[in-house]
Amino acid sequence: MHNFDFVKPASIADAVKALSSDGAQALSGGQTLLPTMKQRLAAPAVLVSLTGIAEMKGVCRGDGGLHVGAATTHATVAKEAAAHYPALAALAGGIGDPAVRNRGTIGGSIANNDPAACYPAGVLGSGATVVTSKRKIAADDFFQGLFSTALDEGEIVTEVRFPIPEKAAYVKFQQPASRFALTGVFVAKFGTGVRVAVTGAGQGGVFRWTEAEAALSRSFAPGAVDGLSLSGDDMISDLHGSAAYRANLVKVLTGRAVAAAG
Amino acid sequence: MTKVSMTVNGRAVSGEVEGRTLLSAFLREGLGLTGTHVGCDTSQCGACVVHVDGKAIKSCTVFAMDVAGAEVRTIEGMANADGSLGTIQQAFQDHHGLQCGFCTPGMVMSAAALLAENPKPSEADVRHYLDGNICRCTGYHNIVKAVLAASGQDVSAVAAE
Amino acid sequence: MPKDHGIGASSKRREDIRFLTGRGVYTDDMNLHGQTYAVFVRSQVAHGRIKSINTSNAASMPGVLAVFTGEDFKDVGGNPAGWLINSRDGTPMREPKRPVLAHGKVRHVGDAYAAVVAESYAEAKDAAEQLAADSDIEELPAIIDMAAAVANASNRVHDEIPDNLCYDWGWIEDNRAAVDAAIKAAPHVTVLELVNNRLVPNAMEPRASIGEYFPGTGDYKLTTTSQNPHLTRLLVAAFVLGIPENKLTVVAPDVGGGFGSKIYHYGEEAVVLAAAKKLARPVRWTAERSESFLSDAHGRDHVTKIELACEKDGTFIAFRTETMANVGAYLSNFATVTPTFLHGTLMAGPYKVPNVYVNVKTVFTNTAPVDAYRGAGRPEATYSLERVIDKMCRELGLDPFEVRRKNFITTDMFPYTTPVGLAYDTGNYHATLDKAIEIGNVAGFEARRAASAKRGKLRGMGLSTWIEACGIAPSHLVGVLGARVGLYDAATVRVNATGNISVMTGAHSHGQGHETVFAQIVAEKLGVPEASVEIVHGDTSKIPFGMGSYGSRSLAVCGVAVTKAIDKIVAKGKKIAAHMLEAAEEDITFENGSFSVAGTDKAKTFGEIAFSAYVPHNYPLETLEPGLEETAFYDPANFTYPAGAYICEVEVDAETGKVDVVAFHCADDFGNIMNPMVVEGQVHGGVGQGIGQALCENTTYDDTGQLLTGSYMDYAMPRAGDVPFYNVDYSCQTPCTHNPLGVKGCGEAGAIGSPPAVVNAVIDALHRGGHTHVKHIDMPVSPSRVWQAIHG
Repeated sequence: MHNFDFVKPASIADAVKALSSDGAQALSGGQTLLPTMKQRLAAPAVLVSLTGIAEMKGVCRGDGGLHVGAATTHATVAKEAAAHYPALAALAGGIGDPAVRNRGTIGGSIANNDPAACYPAGVLGSGATVVTSKRKIAADDFFQGLFSTALDEGEIVTEVRFPIPEKAAYVKFQQPASRFALTGVFVAKFGTGVRVAVTGAGQGGVFRWTEAEAALSRSFAPGAVDGLSLSGDDMISDLHGSAAYRANLVKVLTGRAVAAAG
Repeated sequence: MTKVSMTVNGRAVSGEVEGRTLLSAFLREGLGLTGTHVGCDTSQCGACVVHVDGKAIKSCTVFAMDVAGAEVRTIEGMANADGSLGTIQQAFQDHHGLQCGFCTPGMVMSAAALLAENPKPSEADVRHYLDGNICRCTGYHNIVKAVLAASGQDVSAVAAE
Repeated sequence: MPKDHGIGASSKRREDIRFLTGRGVYTDDMNLHGQTYAVFVRSQVAHGRIKSINTSNAASMPGVLAVFTGEDFKDVGGNPAGWLINSRDGTPMREPKRPVLAHGKVRHVGDAYAAVVAESYAEAKDAAEQLAADSDIEELPAIIDMAAAVANASNRVHDEIPDNLCYDWGWIEDNRAAVDAAIKAAPHVTVLELVNNRLVPNAMEPRASIGEYFPGTGDYKLTTTSQNPHLTRLLVAAFVLGIPENKLTVVAPDVGGGFGSKIYHYGEEAVVLAAAKKLARPVRWTAERSESFLSDAHGRDHVTKIELACEKDGTFIAFRTETMANVGAYLSNFATVTPTFLHGTLMAGPYKVPNVYVNVKTVFTNTAPVDAYRGAGRPEATYSLERVIDKMCRELGLDPFEVRRKNFITTDMFPYTTPVGLAYDTGNYHATLDKAIEIGNVAGFEARRAASAKRGKLRGMGLSTWIEACGIAPSHLVGVLGARVGLYDAATVRVNATGNISVMTGAHSHGQGHETVFAQIVAEKLGVPEASVEIVHGDTSKIPFGMGSYGSRSLAVCGVAVTKAIDKIVAKGKKIAAHMLEAAEEDITFENGSFSVAGTDKAKTFGEIAFSAYVPHNYPLETLEPGLEETAFYDPANFTYPAGAYICEVEVDAETGKVDVVAFHCADDFGNIMNPMVVEGQVHGGVGQGIGQALCENTTYDDTGQLLTGSYMDYAMPRAGDVPFYNVDYSCQTPCTHNPLGVKGCGEAGAIGSPPAVVNAVIDALHRGGHTHVKHIDMPVSPSRVWQAIHG
């Protein structure tokens, strides 16, 4: 890979300052960024590591529900969120593999917004709030398409605040090679209604399946989505599965997620 | 070049690195610890797994400077003090859990991390935990068996069902 | 009580100590004083004409020491094809030159056309990137699909080969008319068209090479990831660079898996040697995994139509196969024999089928070269046969177990010559099938199926009864068939003065455990402790000669060479003992490490004899040379024919199409067993590969020749969670009749026998679940393909 200057600030303020320099890029767990840099598809001049910022790490209860620091690893969320938000903990515990989970972070994942990543489904499905170095962004506004988010240049995700639903579950069908989601569905039942977020399937990245939300808000039962049909028109089609196959998976996994949520 | 210091297998070490120097390269080229292998460039094969502050990570997907000051443990640090094979290493030999040996350091390091978290894993636990370690020789049978044996469980009845 | 020592013992592997402690030494682990780094510039297009390469920018970049292009190697030899195949009409195969670096044209994505050598890897990489930018390559239409390649004469991988056809091979051509007639007249014919999916070998250690040149002597040294250092030496020295063999040492140190892909000589090896000479410094290169995907020789890639003609009761009448085999852009060293003699000669299986005909058209395409991989031809043959038999059983409502039994060659028929030219020496196919049924508890299947159904899963069972020809092989036979090399092997047994023993073997271990198993054989034969025997391999300056390890040949060929050398040691020892014991040579017996005079208590230990050979104070010097070292070459009289029966059980999730292998039972006949633990491990690995091929591994090029599955992000390697524990039995043993160890070879069995068992099980599950319209699903039987088949 191309060389760069490596800096590791200890505070959000210092990180923001470092990111204001030309060609600077944030580095979180690096589990996607490093392979990309090895391919020379990314060549930052300055790499700003966010892993040394204590205020961006940890899981705690707060007024917004469960607050997860953006530099918290998947492994930590899997462990520390388990008592508060088991579905989110289970999602984190199923990302990649153990070594990836010990480095990869929630902030890095959602800032990258890979269309097959798990966390965007959890964040969107929960209706979470993404806190950044300069504002708060609702999940519905945060994810803006493939590898695209509402983040401005130099803006970093510092925390994600999850409202805790009555019931929730994430069911992922693995792409056999990468172990990303070929399709993953996050279902969350709140007092105000049900949210269903789908990753891995949509051409535009993570999306909410509103028909299913309506049906499940009426009746939170696995069979509630049986009568729905999902068009394959906006689904990804690749060598691992056709659009029609993914559309099928969305429906099957939604039913299974509802069953798992109990 | 920047000087980076860390503790590797209990020994304080330091060396000059670039920003782009991966931990795997620092270990292999800087310190001559070539037991840590590099088998892919997409962070998946797991041949490069080492422990950083007690946790298994892929050393090919971490910059050396990002783990400055950390406690690193590699396959070279897994034997007993007298040089004899550690429990997991011995189980791998006893149960033929390796063939060409290339993925083996990563397998042993992942197994050690698993057993630290979960001292009596089930077969399914072991298989799930080794999701990020690819082996082309063994079909995994004897690796899984070795890890179960290393946890003190009886593997004499291991068969298909 | 199992043995704890010598032949038949599950001796722990001594090589494990270094591998488990991080002290193995693989090529990339070496660091040499003054070393430099090579990086290759590889084509980004599948097919293109090199119009110009401007090397000046790259050459002037920091740290750059040398730049090479195809122009620098245009006058040296090409990397040759090791086997001449003739077409049905008698014309020889088309054999385009395979240059060290592509020259004139690039022919596949990843085809190396230039190289940069620099002081550091990063500098070499930077300069390679510059060189790529300074290369003007006119993209030409890519030739990817085999049928189109043959049909479209205007678009050529090699300009001199008009129809992209390497050869059109018939086996056996004399059978053709009779097979056609038999199929026409048969009461039933089952037809199956199938694809044997291309696999990327993916040895976990990427290929790596280090070239050295010693100006003082003019010697070269190549350290490389090879399964056969002598063959590599022959190819790179004699054929390509024109270096005398005695000026080149090839060392294959610890090698992290090969599976066939490291048999071959690759251009990178020639470049690091040439660069080392030019710079008089060591030049090293290690492939990145993405390079391995693009440039290692791939495996399989057949498209086949097979027809099975039979009686209504399932008695076989004839098999006819038409295959198109993809050879890729160039002929890798054994690319031409793999789809022909390693495939066509196995198309009778373990069956007494009266007639068989095989036609193979091998086609050039703009894809990576394809060569022998983990089973090599025999998995392709077995898959075609066992799938079409399964389909026939469904069409006629016959029991797949009974159909196999009815058609097996019986034990009273050996030696048995098949209609495709092999002479099976021994076997007992009924015994392995019965054993598989027993260990697989076939009787209990219905209860297991019902339990799966309760969990919402469709359960199915698949059978495969396989045979292979391995222990490759008799030189006189392979020579007749077109081989350009002999396929013997060699070993030297050196008894040192103090009685410990060094054994230099032509076989190379890259995971198989020779250092342990060969020592067991020597210890058994000489009555010495295993620990006193050292196995040396992988260095042409130390070992006598060797053809290396592949084709499950190490034990059946090199292992026998070791025993032949030991026989010579014992014979010489008897002469020395006769002198020392003042007895006639014919009265000396050797047993348990002791030479004794028959009928007396006069004896000398092996150690005493060895010492005497090196300190010959009381020694028959007039008639016998001092020293105790013997070399033997062994060329087998025939192939060996391991065989077995595999039963796979799967569960299918019909909603998602996901297939889980829940049980896998192997009953194999490998003849005599040297180390059961190692044999089991070899079978496990092969079955794991077979499950991978059957369920997840796929190599996909798009229409423009870009490899869509060029990393582990898209090429699905089987992981621990994708496979079950395997149930392996090798108690059915019909020892090979023509080698003194009675061994057959076990390295490839699992990969050969398992894919059809898995696919047959999936089809069975779907049929039992009511999806009887599904006749076949091509590998990999991925979730989406299963779901598509159910709903298709």
